[in-house]
Amino acid sequence: MSANSIDKASVSDIVDRFGSRPEMLVQILQSIVQVHGWISEDVIRQLASDLNLSRADVHGVVEYYHDFRTSPPGKHIVKVCQAEACQAMGSRELTSHAEQAVGKDTTLEDVYCLGNCACAPAVMVNGRTHGRVDAERFDTLIGALEGRD
Amino acid sequence: MAAVKIYVPRDTTAVSVGADDVALAIAQAAKARSAQIEIVRNGSWGACWLEPMVEVLVGEQRIAYGNVAPEDVPGLFDAGLLEGGEHEKRLGPVNEIDYLISQDRWTFWRVGLTESLSLDDFLAHQGFKALQKAWETGPDAVIEAVTQSGLRGRGGAGFPTGIKWRTVADTEADQKYIACNADEGDSGTFSDRMLMEGDPFGLIEALAIAGFAVGADKGYIYLRSEYALTHTILSRAIDTARDAGWLGENIQGSGFDFDIELHLGAGSYVCGEETAMLESLEGKKGIVRYKPPLPAIEGLFGKPTVVNNVVTLASVPNIVNLGGERYADMGVNRSKGTLAFQLAGNIRRGGLVEKAFGITLRELIEGYGGGTASGRPLKAVQVGGPLGAYLTADQLDTPLDYEAFVDIGALIGHGGIVVFDDTANMALQARFAMEFCAIESCGKCTPCRIGSTRGVEVIDRLIGGENREENYDLLVELCDTMEDASLCAMGGMTPYPVRSVLRHFAEDFAEGKQ
Ligand SMILES: Cc1cc2nc3c(=O)[nH]c(=O)nc-3n(C[C@H](O)[C@H](O)[C@H](O)COP(=O)(O)O)c2cc1C
Ligand code: SF4
Ligand code: FES
Repeated sequence: MSANSIDKASVSDIVDRFGSRPEMLVQILQSIVQVHGWISEDVIRQLASDLNLSRADVHGVVEYYHDFRTSPPGKHIVKVCQAEACQAMGSRELTSHAEQAVGKDTTLEDVYCLGNCACAPAVMVNGRTHGRVDAERFDTLIGALEGRD
Repeated sequence: MAAVKIYVPRDTTAVSVGADDVALAIAQAAKARSAQIEIVRNGSWGACWLEPMVEVLVGEQRIAYGNVAPEDVPGLFDAGLLEGGEHEKRLGPVNEIDYLISQDRWTFWRVGLTESLSLDDFLAHQGFKALQKAWETGPDAVIEAVTQSGLRGRGGAGFPTGIKWRTVADTEADQKYIACNADEGDSGTFSDRMLMEGDPFGLIEALAIAGFAVGADKGYIYLRSEYALTHTILSRAIDTARDAGWLGENIQGSGFDFDIELHLGAGSYVCGEETAMLESLEGKKGIVRYKPPLPAIEGLFGKPTVVNNVVTLASVPNIVNLGGERYADMGVNRSKGTLAFQLAGNIRRGGLVEKAFGITLRELIEGYGGGTASGRPLKAVQVGGPLGAYLTADQLDTPLDYEAFVDIGALIGHGGIVVFDDTANMALQARFAMEFCAIESCGKCTPCRIGSTRGVEVIDRLIGGENREENYDLLVELCDTMEDASLCAMGGMTPYPVRSVLRHFAEDFAEGKQ
């Protein structure tokens, strides 16, 4: 993930992979976010021209979906589940703890259900879901992250 | 000596509590001891509280060990793991675990049993038998069996599946689609996920049967993006099926063409609503469409489309194999067959329990679930996701039956059951219901978009003890407006949990309780 620009060629590759089909816009954006972490204004411009869509259309889609970040995330992405099954097992307290515990290089986000509701509370760290997470386990998980400040 | 088979589930929940590390530890221990083993990655049986659950095939029996941690592995080998040896983590033969054998596994029968990504194992367990039978009997017989089974949509609305399929089949069009709803957004639900991770070929077969029945040659699966491991498993299964000629043109020489495209969602709850999902599949914002036209008439790209939930579809192969009547023999009243209930939240034995309709909440929560995880008294239960009412301990004898739930102002939805103990503050839960609606509203209707934001403010004032009566009335009024004037259930049913808290837990709004 690069800091504040997204490689044009890499975006073109992704667009190609989806056959440059405008109806694949959500899939294309999802792939870009998975590779680069976010969607920049340049990407929106590029997609609009490559897919023959208006910039307003692409903008609208980017803004609509929670997954499509419009600023670069930190080196690590930690999502704490905020939905009911996790609330019933202390996710509110865990969230307060997480806010204190994560480093400056980490983006902390809300997520609403990871499908891990029988082993709540659930947390996703860089795309991997962890269950039965209390404060201590949370600290172990983020302690294991590479290159923390 | 042949290699000993050791099963370690590759399932999000099992992996979330260490199953991959356990598999690695087992491989290392076996290597160090020069033991011949084969690690099989199955789905989870659904006894989530026992995960990671490891099984060893000894003779004909699979001996289970529960809550295995990587640190336990050397000790397990010392105790004779490969012969099913005694150990404090040993649970005994998996087919003697009460929680599992007392279930009515119709839809989930292969989940846990088979190696998820092995097409051979799938074929050895009735795989694609129903599709082949469908080819023999013809599309009408398939729709007839589904109609006879009484199967209703498991995604939430409970609409009869046979009627939906008949409508699409009878609508003339040059192109039709199957759209499988795998958005599983409700909190407390994970049955779609477990099915896709544990029996991905089963879902592929189900989509193909649906396609054959209604005359569609293309299926879409709309999978929530939060399900990263599911995505890996499902995409691999689709590729494997295609490579083996079970997807694509002229499947197995039958003359039937069918292929599947897997799409990811992007973190929007409303995209689980069927028309919003179709918009999203078309690459657009997930904004709910007006109905009519029904998706069955004008769905994806304006073409007749069957929209069905994962579990709805996955129930069909056995209906084709065993007949609709067999399915309809289970259940009560107009709730036929089984539902994969999901026990979640503050519950001792959380997991998936597939049972015939008619079982009571008490049997599920106390019998299977063993009460709260904390050991404290149960305070509330939310059934059916974020739009479901909060029920009290006095309502646990309600049978799981769509109509019986409607009668008490509740819903079964996708079968998620979330338990709260007496430390829960229900005013905060009511606030969350409104807040979630405000975050997730697609924005099309004012009562939902603005009403939910106002709802949060009013609840905050109530909690703060401000003009109590006035704010109480205001909240009830807001609920009325949202219920009456919202286009979909997001705005229309968010009042359910809110009202249930006002009705049953009003004391939690008292000052200083938060
Ligand atoms: C706000 C909202 C969210 C929904 N989320 C889902 C979902 O995540 N999965 C699902 O299968 N159905 C969901 N539904 C229900 C679908 O609109 C639709 O009824 C269902 O996919 C039809 O399939 P079925 O008949 O097999 O249940 C949702 C409905 C609403 C109003
Ligand atoms: S009720 Fe809410 S989510 Fe549903 S269509 Fe209206 S604004 Fe969109
Ligand atoms: S509610 Fe948190 S994982 Fe489902």
